Amino acid sequence: MAGSKTLNQLPVGSAAVVRRVNAGGIMQRRLLDLGLVPGTRVEAVGRSPLGDPIAYNIRGAVIALRQEESSLVLVELES
Amino acid sequence: MSCRASLGVLMKEAREIIGICQDEVRHSIVNSIYQSAESIAAGTVSSKAGKNMDWDRRIDRVLTSPVWGFPIMFGMLTVILWMTITGANIPSAILAQGLFWIEERLTELFIAVGAPAWLHGFLVLGVYRGAAWVVSVMLPPMAIFFPLFTLLEDLGYLPRVAFNLDRFFKGAGAHGKQALTMSMGFGCNAAGVIACRIIDSPRERLIATLTNSFVPCNGRFPTLIALATVFVGSSAASMSSAAAALSVAGLVVFGIAITLLISWLLTKTLLKGIPSSFTLELPPYRKPQIVQVIVRSVLDRIIFVLTRAVIIAAPAGGIVWILANTMIGDTSILAALAGWLDPFARHLGLDGFILLAFILGLPANEIVFPILIMSYVSGGVMMELDSLEALRRLLVDQHGWTWLTALCTMLFVLCHWPCGTTLFTIQREQRSWYWMAVAAVIPTVVGIVVCITVNYLVRALGLI
Repeated sequence: MAGSKTLNQLPVGSAAVVRRVNAGGIMQRRLLDLGLVPGTRVEAVGRSPLGDPIAYNIRGAVIALRQEESSLVLVELES
Repeated sequence: MSCRASLGVLMKEAREIIGICQDEVRHSIVNSIYQSAESIAAGTVSSKAGKNMDWDRRIDRVLTSPVWGFPIMFGMLTVILWMTITGANIPSAILAQGLFWIEERLTELFIAVGAPAWLHGFLVLGVYRGAAWVVSVMLPPMAIFFPLFTLLEDLGYLPRVAFNLDRFFKGAGAHGKQALTMSMGFGCNAAGVIACRIIDSPRERLIATLTNSFVPCNGRFPTLIALATVFVGSSAASMSSAAAALSVAGLVVFGIAITLLISWLLTKTLLKGIPSSFTLELPPYRKPQIVQVIVRSVLDRIIFVLTRAVIIAAPAGGIVWILANTMIGDTSILAALAGWLDPFARHLGLDGFILLAFILGLPANEIVFPILIMSYVSGGVMMELDSLEALRRLLVDQHGWTWLTALCTMLFVLCHWPCGTTLFTIQREQRSWYWMAVAAVIPTVVGIVVCITVNYLVRALGLI
């Protein structure tokens, strides 16, 4: 996959499409429930002052995720 | 390869296949739900959220910026406290004058009907005065602070606070939503404890519950404000309320630091574990319904304070009067108890009466300061306490308070056992007497350690 990254590596202001969620267990379900299903467009909209968590625009809702969770989501950068 | 080993490999492979399938089935179910939801939404919902969303991001960029995020949080807190301090002065004085005018009329009435002195003392100087103190000292600050805070909540700012502070909570092994339960604690610690339900992981919920009382609740703010106004702000009149607001805001930051420290200690000792997942929605900003919020929360506070004044402060006032006027030998029970507590209280930079007021104030934090004033007043000359200047004279001239006494008292206000209602709520939420006891012991130990340290440090450094 070209331009494939984990969600936490996505620079603020840029968008990507979810490819896979590698969490497993309850975390997997929670991330899917947020709408992070493969094919979803996600945009990193802002960092908190200390860099973590980062806020993402997922289907019109702004959700903050810690590195621990966002590193489990594989995304592909939009060209 | 032995039979057993090859079977093991086969089993492992089988498990893996099932695992993948399970995940895939789940994936495809969720996927198809989202797909059909999307297609329905595309056909029926039209959105012009783009522009609003743009504005939200712009505001977020400022409120959560690395440079401005924290100063804005501290600034908002200080401004709210400053508005509370400046706004509460006049209504407090008016209420005090009104209620003590009524007290005088009641006294005249008791004299006119020839009622015995003890009855007048108990009912007027005890029960009535206790309730009057709580209403006049506590009501105005509460009725200003609480609506302002509710407005901030209505605006959608509080999730941003949680967003800004989350990194600290993660470092302490706690949940980012603890910042939200702490915010609720500003209103009332019992409400803050109930709000801990929003934290899913039991371990982190317990941490948030046990440390909630390190946020000064509405019942404690007026005490902090009164002491800060008398001791910090007595110099230059124009700057005084700002200085007092800053010092109370500083104390809140200290409380947050203690919360993080204790949370961290708990995750290292009693409540070991790794932080659980954290997802937090940052909802769109909303224009608060200003009038509605203010009217509702002012009424809410008035009812709250008046109810508590009748249920808790009035009986407490009666009890204090009895304690102050029942003599054993030539000292009152109140003075004897205070004298007994005094040696220990002195280590904390307090005196026996202050510590006794905290103990008698267990049912509700808002009666601690009124009880203290009552026990100071009932021992000596009767006086009208209708201004901050009179309060300063009572504390400084008659009872030898220094700025160190005030500082230690304020620190002990911040760190001591939670009020009875909060303890009861913790017991109910956790279904455990053990954790309720822990919730009382932790802040008390912290308060004793902090007060002793500050007291001896200041004296050792010769600052006083």
